[in-house]
This record gives sequence, C-alpha cells and structure tokens, in this order.
Amino acid sequence: MWDYSEKVQEYFYNPKNAGVLENADGVGDVGAISCGDALRLMIKVDPETEIITDARFQTFGCGSAIASSSALTELIIGKTITEALAITNQDIADFLGGLPPEKMHCSVMGYEALHAAVANYRGEEWSDDHEEGALVCKCFGIDEAMIERTIRGNSLTNVEDITHYTKAGGGCNTCVETLEEILARTNAAMVEEGVLDAKAAFVIGARPTPDLKARKEAARPTPAPAPKDSPLAPGAPAPKLTTLQRIRLIEQAIEELRPYLRQDGGDCELVDVDGNTVMVKLTGACIGCQAASVTLQGVQARLMEKVGEPLRVIPVASAH
Amino acid sequence: MRPVYLDNNATTRVDPRVVEAMLPFFTEQFGNASSMHSFGSEVGTSLKAARQQIQALLGAAHDHELIFTSGGTESDNAAILSALDTQTGRDEIITSAVEHPAILSLCEYLEKSRGVTVHVIPVDARGLLDIEAYRKALGPKTAVVSMMWANNETGTLFPVEQLAELAHEVGALFHTDAVQAVGKIPIDLKSNTIDMLSLSGHKLHGPKGIGALYVRKGVRFRPLVRGGHQERGRRAGTENTPSIIGLGKAAELALAHMEEEQTRIRALRDRLESGLVQQIGRCFVTGDTRNRLPNTCNIAFEYIEGEAILLLMNKAGIAASSGSACTSGSLEPSHVMRAMKVPYTAAHGSIRFSFSRENDGEDVDRVLDVVPGIIEKLRTLSPFWRKDGEKPAEFNPTYN
Repeated sequence: MWDYSEKVQEYFYNPKNAGVLENADGVGDVGAISCGDALRLMIKVDPETEIITDARFQTFGCGSAIASSSALTELIIGKTITEALAITNQDIADFLGGLPPEKMHCSVMGYEALHAAVANYRGEEWSDDHEEGALVCKCFGIDEAMIERTIRGNSLTNVEDITHYTKAGGGCNTCVETLEEILARTNAAMVEEGVLDAKAAFVIGARPTPDLKARKEAARPTPAPAPKDSPLAPGAPAPKLTTLQRIRLIEQAIEELRPYLRQDGGDCELVDVDGNTVMVKLTGACIGCQAASVTLQGVQARLMEKVGEPLRVIPVASAH
Repeated sequence: MRPVYLDNNATTRVDPRVVEAMLPFFTEQFGNASSMHSFGSEVGTSLKAARQQIQALLGAAHDHELIFTSGGTESDNAAILSALDTQTGRDEIITSAVEHPAILSLCEYLEKSRGVTVHVIPVDARGLLDIEAYRKALGPKTAVVSMMWANNETGTLFPVEQLAELAHEVGALFHTDAVQAVGKIPIDLKSNTIDMLSLSGHKLHGPKGIGALYVRKGVRFRPLVRGGHQERGRRAGTENTPSIIGLGKAAELALAHMEEEQTRIRALRDRLESGLVQQIGRCFVTGDTRNRLPNTCNIAFEYIEGEAILLLMNKAGIAASSGSACTSGSLEPSHVMRAMKVPYTAAHGSIRFSFSRENDGEDVDRVLDVVPGIIEKLRTLSPFWRKDGEKPAEFNPTYN
C-alpha cells in the first residue's frame, strides 16, 4: 500500500473543487484513459485582472491523481495567470506534504493541465514537448526533452549528475540505461556543435556506471599509500623485527581494522603467522561475503604498511 | 466494525488450528529430522504425516512425490529448470499469456540468458486458452509446458488434464502452477497425467514461506537447491518443520472444507457478483463465468480507476485487490486484463473479490451496501463518465 501523506488522503477522500465548472473560460485536458490517468482542469478568469476566480477539476486516476488535481485548484484560485504559471509540479507535491516517488507524475499532470487550460483561455495552441510515451524516468515523471535540456544547459557529462539535476534515475533506477543513451547522444551532438570538449563527453561503456555498492566500497577505509619515508618505499632498508615484534604489530593492525569490519557485521581474528604468511579467520558477515577477498586485500595492505615487509594474508576456514 | 477481507487470492489468514499444530515444533519437537537421536526421529515421523495430508488433498499416488519448498515461486522455478535440464535435446517452453510472474519472468530470463525459445499462448476475451495455437506450438523441441490450473485474477480454469495429454503426445513434460486451485477445487493426480504441480501454503490458510512441488514418480528431476540429502536429495536444506506441519494441517482442513467451497462459498460469491452487476451500470465480470474457481470474482468498472476504488473501500473496511496499473506502480494495467483484451476504459477499474471459508453473508451485505456508492462517487469525478443515454464524453488532450 502506498504511503500517502495525511494531506493526500484528505484531498482524496474529500476533494475540493471537484466537478464541472459551467461556462469555463479555459479548459485543459491532459492524459488519457489508456494511460491510467487523465485530468480536465476548468478555470474561470476575470478578463480585467487576469485573476483565476474559480477552478474545478475532473480526474480519472488513482488517489494521488485526484488529490493532486484538487490541490492544484486550491493553489491557483485567487492568483493571477502569471502567478499561477509560476507554480511547478514540485509546489503541488509540497502542498500535499509530498508524494511517493512513483506518484510524482500525478503532480506533473497537474502542472501540464494548468498550462493547457491557460493556453485554451488565451486561444493559443499549447504544444507540449512531453509525450506520455517519451517519459524516461517513470518514478519522477521526467521526459527526454527535459533531460536533454538539462544536460545542455549545465554541460552534464555523467549520469549521476542527471539524477542530481532532474531526479531522473533517482527512483527505481531502471531507466539508467536510457539515461546513458540520451547522455551519450546529447554529448556527441554538443561536441559536434563545438560546445563540449570531446574528451569530457560521455561515451557508453567507457566508464563504469557508479552504483550504490561501488560507492559503499569506495567509502570504506582503504589503507593510505605508504608515505615516502615508510619502510615500504622502494630502496628503504627494512628494519629487522623480532618474531614477537612482528606478531604484535600484526595484531595491532588487525585490532585497528576490526571496528570497520564490525560496522559491516563482520570480524577478523589472527590465527597464525608463518614466515611471511599471515593466517586470519574471517567471521560473522564476512563468511560467504562476495567482498571478502576485497576485505582480505585491504587487511594485507594495512599489515604490510604496519610491519614494513611483504606479507601474504590468507583466510583459514573457521569451524562451524 | 469487523473488517471484510475479500482478498484471499492474495493471501489467507492462517487457520488457528494450523497454528496450534505448528507450535510444538518450535520449542518441544525442535529436532533436526536428520539427527541420529530421538529428537530427530520424532520430527521425521511428523513430517511424513504432513506429507500424507498433502498427498490426500492432491490425490497423489505416493507421498514421496512431494518436495517441500519455500512456496509457489520456488516450486515453479524448480519445475521449469529441472525440465530443461532433464529433457535432453529439447529447448522450448510453452506457457500462457496469463501465467503468474513466477513463470513469465523466469521464461523471459531463460529466453535471454539461455537462448530458450518460449511460446506464449494467447487467451480469448474470456481468458480461455487458444487450443489451436497450443497444438501448433507443441513439437519435438518442446521440453516443458507450464499452464496454470486457475488464474489468480479471474479464477478462470484451464483444462490442464487435457493439456497434459497433448503435451505428452510430443514427449514434453507438463507442469501446472496450481497455487490458486489447490484447496479450492477437487484435484486427483492419480486420475490424470500431470507431471509436476506447484502449490503454496499461504493460499489455503497455511503459513507463508512454505509450499510444495509435486513430481510424479518416474519423472526425472534435477534439484534447484543443492547441498544436502533432504527431500531425497531433491531440495537441500534442513526441513522447515513447523511450516511443513502447518501446511499438512492446512491441507487436511482444506480437504474437509472442499464441499463447502463448492456450495456455500460459491453461493456467497455469486450473490455478491450478481448484486453488484445489477446495482451498478457499465460494469462486467471478467474471465469465464461458467468455468472458474468458486471463490473468485473479478468485475471491471468502466471509466474509473482501481486504486481509487480500493482506497475508498479500504476506508469502509473492505479489502480487495485490483488489476489497475497504479496499485502496482507500473504504468500498464495487469497483464491478465491486457491478455484478455479488456478495453482500457475498464481494465484500469478491475476489482477482484476473492472469498475464503472465513467469509459469510454479512460480508456480502456490506459490499453490496458500500461499493455502489463508491463507484458513483468516483464516476462523478471522472471526466469520461456519462450516464447511459448521455452523449459520450469528449476529452481532447493536447497531446497523445
């Protein structure tokens, strides 16, 4: 079940300004029955002041579509046409205390209906660049034209920024491939026009798309590269350590790493040290974790840094 | 006021007698059936008894033809994948356009990843399978046919016993997703040739997370889950004892209530359906009314949207479900409605009422009392709605 805000529920269960407005000055129809939602906005406008004196709606659609339509009428009544046209779909969503991401298109529909109704009032053709089929990001109701506009206007060259600027791709993430295609196409056109450096242009496959997991990995503490005066630096003579000193250092290094491992529900114990081979036991969430080998590499790098000798860290099976 | 639960095809309330049967297996008889001590052996005996209870519900010849799984979806996956593995030299699957996603998504995946050819057989406006198309699709390359016994949205039944015969004529295996049928209509696997059948516990007042796959004796099977000898090596992993006991008890109760399902529950459903259709204009029953589950009724209301109906019904304490796009977050109405070519004017407004033995006449009265008003309210909000006799609504969006 959707997590609708109280305001959405209120405007759905008891919608304000529902029904037909007789002798409306402007009528805006958007959507279609086949798409699952459609809205007719009817407005009355004072010709002298251009103030919207009344507004009514009829909506075919889900709870949030009806609530968004009703909210729209509340937002525009009493405003001049110029003021009303400044209202964005985000304003409608905000008025309702937010909409679930999958339902943001309901607010976009309200925005469009208003523009269509005003165009109708002014006797203009209202041509919209948003066709239902061209919606790229369904979660946020973002179409290709808007994405392209934003890429151009801000010289965007990666998908993450598209999400930051337009929200497209920020919901279910299924449109990421389409976003990549649009970005590559738009960037290529921009290079052609000489407004973007070819080196900066996005090319599909050239860079891996950062995903959440990779970001999380990146956020993990990785051992800092050995400083110049470190014993690991080439040419530096390795100080001779006694076996006990080495084990102490290894233990100490593992101890320092454990809080990070524990954050992810795992743990690591020193089992044995044999020459340059350090045997550890990974426990907890580390067992069977795909990232365990990455973790071991991290541990190994940290130990080498600490001890100043090449070491090999190998996992030993823990008894069940 | 007591809520009216009419969404039993989604899930059912666990019968208190089922819970009672399960409880000792958490704290008293907690042993592992594989263990070499009395804790284990007692459990082993109880598991066998549960298996026999399900055997009885399905009319299966042997209790060892049942493999316990985590539910209907796992059973479906195991059946299809096993058939592809064991049917050497055959790499085609035949299924229907109205199957559960457990089958359709899997087939889509296999088509992409393994190059398997999938034939999706269409249905007609009543949801009946196009038998001619099915016959044509069958061939020497068909590894397995998977056809649901009863449709979850409309309750429409497929003639699976005959479909199985046809599959065998070309040497294909026949699997049926019987998740909605088991417990609602009599099933006798001894008298047909179905090779594999999936069932799920929570659809018949049993617990969630437990189901079974029936594999006829003699049908070769490759496990989906490996790593242990449980279920005769066909499904590894320590038995989910409490749930299996619960599923067994649920099967026993379903068999005991089978007669009631065919009479009392059917009568409740029919009264609700005819009552709504008579009171509310411009609506129709989807699916095949002469050939469907006794508990299911799916009505498409024209010019209004399903989620809005459900929200208003929920406020009035009535729970049902819809094939509308908005309830699922997708932009398309349910694939079942689309496969039956239910017009968009009605597909978005389809509502499913599904009964169980826990419903009574009072529930029907409440629906008949409340739902017509809800439909009326939403229709007056809809820009498309015109009462009969009025000029059809004109709606002129600036794009489309």
